[in-house]
Amino acid sequence: MRLHRPNLLLEVLRPLGQLLVFILGASAAISAITVLTAFLIRGTRTDMDLLQITLILLPQVLIDGIVLGFMYATIALGYTMVYGVLEFINFAHGEFFMFGAFAGVEFLVWMQGQGWLPDGQGWLAYLLLAGAVGVGMLISGSISVSTERIAYRPLRGAPRLVPLISAIGVSFLLQDVMRFYQSTANGAFYRTFPTFGGFSERITLFALPLDDREITIAIQMTSIVIIVVGSVMLVGLNYLVNATRLGRAIRSVAQDRNTAYLMGVDVNRIIAVTFLIGGALGGAAGVLWSFRFTRADPYMGFFPGLKAFTAAVLGGIGSIVGAMLGGMVLGLLESFAAAYLTIFTRGAFGAEYKDIFAFAILILILIFRPSGLLGGKTTQKA
Amino acid sequence: MSVARHSQLSPLQRLLQGTPGLWIVLAVAAGASYGFVQSPRSLPVRLLLIFSLLLIYFMPQKGWIKLLYGGGMLLIVLPYLGLFNPFLMELGFQIAAFATLAIGLNIVVGFAGLLDLGYVAFFAVGAYLWAFFGSQQLWHTDEAPGTFTIFATFPFPAWWFWIFLGVGVVGAAFTGVLLGFPVLRLRGDYLAIVTLGFGEVIRVMANNLDKPINLTNGPQGITPIQRPPIPSFFTSPEFLEQLGQLAGRPVGLNDLYGFFFYFMAVAILVLAIFLALRLDNSKLGRAWTAIREDDVAAVAMGVPLRRTKLAAFAIGASFSGAMGVLYAANRTFVSPETFSLTVSISILVMVILGGLGSIAGVVLGAAIVTMLNIDILQTLSLQLSSLRQGSGTIPLLGIPWASLPTQLDPARYQRLFFGLLLIVMMIFRPEGIIPSQRRRLELHEEPAQEPLAAQLEGELEPDHKLES
Repeated sequence: MRLHRPNLLLEVLRPLGQLLVFILGASAAISAITVLTAFLIRGTRTDMDLLQITLILLPQVLIDGIVLGFMYATIALGYTMVYGVLEFINFAHGEFFMFGAFAGVEFLVWMQGQGWLPDGQGWLAYLLLAGAVGVGMLISGSISVSTERIAYRPLRGAPRLVPLISAIGVSFLLQDVMRFYQSTANGAFYRTFPTFGGFSERITLFALPLDDREITIAIQMTSIVIIVVGSVMLVGLNYLVNATRLGRAIRSVAQDRNTAYLMGVDVNRIIAVTFLIGGALGGAAGVLWSFRFTRADPYMGFFPGLKAFTAAVLGGIGSIVGAMLGGMVLGLLESFAAAYLTIFTRGAFGAEYKDIFAFAILILILIFRPSGLLGGKTTQKA
Repeated sequence: MSVARHSQLSPLQRLLQGTPGLWIVLAVAAGASYGFVQSPRSLPVRLLLIFSLLLIYFMPQKGWIKLLYGGGMLLIVLPYLGLFNPFLMELGFQIAAFATLAIGLNIVVGFAGLLDLGYVAFFAVGAYLWAFFGSQQLWHTDEAPGTFTIFATFPFPAWWFWIFLGVGVVGAAFTGVLLGFPVLRLRGDYLAIVTLGFGEVIRVMANNLDKPINLTNGPQGITPIQRPPIPSFFTSPEFLEQLGQLAGRPVGLNDLYGFFFYFMAVAILVLAIFLALRLDNSKLGRAWTAIREDDVAAVAMGVPLRRTKLAAFAIGASFSGAMGVLYAANRTFVSPETFSLTVSISILVMVILGGLGSIAGVVLGAAIVTMLNIDILQTLSLQLSSLRQGSGTIPLLGIPWASLPTQLDPARYQRLFFGLLLIVMMIFRPEGIIPSQRRRLELHEEPAQEPLAAQLEGELEPDHKLES
């Protein structure tokens, strides 16, 4: 019996459209607020034209924010899926992300050792990058599934504090396991992403004249790659969850585990698959992250993990579309805070406060709208 | 001691019963002390000393005998041994300090069931309060870090430390309420994340509040911070000379401060234990238990949810505020590094390891984790590095020690040990080493009493909400 046959094209187009709306809407809103602020307080600085500076920086800040947003969204999906199925915050997700980053970097470093990394652009460079992302997804996915099997499954049914503490333990353990491995293998505990394929090249789209200076709108190849890979991930996941048999099983377990069990869904398998998907997405984000910031280290997972969680809550935890929106909003906010906070406050508040920004948002949302921007009815989850 | 209690005794406790037990414990303590005098730097002897304290706690004797034994050990024997190796006093100070922090966190997590991952923030508030007013930072608020000179005098005299001990308590309690207000509605995992964020916010602020007004001196930290004055009787040359004769080495002001901080920390710890024990059995303590078990039912029974939760945050925080002030004075230096997430988690490990809600357990947990942190791992590191200097090879593997990379320093892998401890404890003994009575019953229910659903392959969540 088939109640509803999903339209393949629609399932691909709809999330793409949603993504586009989110990006455009969030970008427009936050740019408008920033420019307005700059206009209002332009009198406070005599040494520079605040409005002009703001406008010149704007395109780059927007692109950075969107790129960051895609990465947060991809990580946030891992939190959201696990939360949807188990009502449990997977504290160690940031570490799956870190393992993915290392796996990707190790793969490329190994390729470099073989002399197979091309210097210039070309299909080979893209293939290798895709390979790195694939390796990252594989490793993170397997770590994620094994963690679930070893450290979470035995605790199912225990008071909620118990698996959470176990997850904190896993997070700490994984950090130092990676540090241990890197220290013994390389002598240093971090890894640098190899430069190849000419990804750092900038493509200048166009330039707008503004008074005596001009706004150049340029985009790095890195950013384009991240945006494309991120979109593919998000759309792919959306399709998987909404239009396949497996996705239906996942949704049924998320809705009511006991009933799904009685209906013949293999609950344990579905939970493992959820961890696999979430971990793999985290791993992909990890590779992209180290690709963007050219470095992987054992403690890199903490802040992105925390912020991605914030993004998931912001969008409405448990909702895939919400995670995308939350990630985008948070990425843009952070990028804007990092760029403009120093300029607007005359250096009194540095870019370091961008981390506080994320937490402040998290707290505000939890107080005023615990179900998030796109969350449905407020259940007793907070 | 009723017959029923005796039937529950462990084999070790049965050995320590009656008069022979008294002598056995005395012999162990005396042996450990003698061993310490003979080789003051030996790690096994230090462990034996701690173990003898544990024996005193566990021996099934009358309360006043245990008090006598414990008091004698803590107030006379250990300080006396500290004359031979000042590190013992430092170790004692740290254990007592962290035990106090753990008891404070235990009130929040163990009693009231609110998982707080940013507990170190309150410690930071206390420490920075005395760091700011007990140093010359007040005079440098408009200067950039690293540009100013150190004067001979301080804005506040050193005895203000005693006042700030109280200010630290109030300040931390106030911060606790401040954090408590917005998160009142949150439960469980959400609360954990928000408190974690709060801890990070405090750390980031300590790191960055060197501009526009230089309050914390940024990442460089504040130094020098004043230590409270010691009565002149103790600092007199005659007294120091007598101590020196007892110790067989010259005793200076720094040693004296070692003893001072040890006694201070033990005093605060004892006070904290007393307060926590009283609170556990008070009306407030029962209200905490009620909201931990089921807050909806608790509210229905007339427990004021808001006030009860805020009280847990405030009281839990106040302990660590006092300890923060003491810690700043002890180190004469604070920097944001001291208040990282790792510290919050290690305090949590102490609570979990010892037993959520169990005061004796939490103190034991603090002793174990602190020993691991500052003594056992460090000693292992030292031994490993001395092996690395030598020409020996690793047994079984045949690799020379010298080829081990220096990054493999056990002292750097605290997170590994803590992580492992947390997972193993959660899977095999979630109620801790010395569980509180209620937890033990809660986590080891008779299978027959559990709902049927829980028995379906053991993975389906039973419908009871033992809410965190």
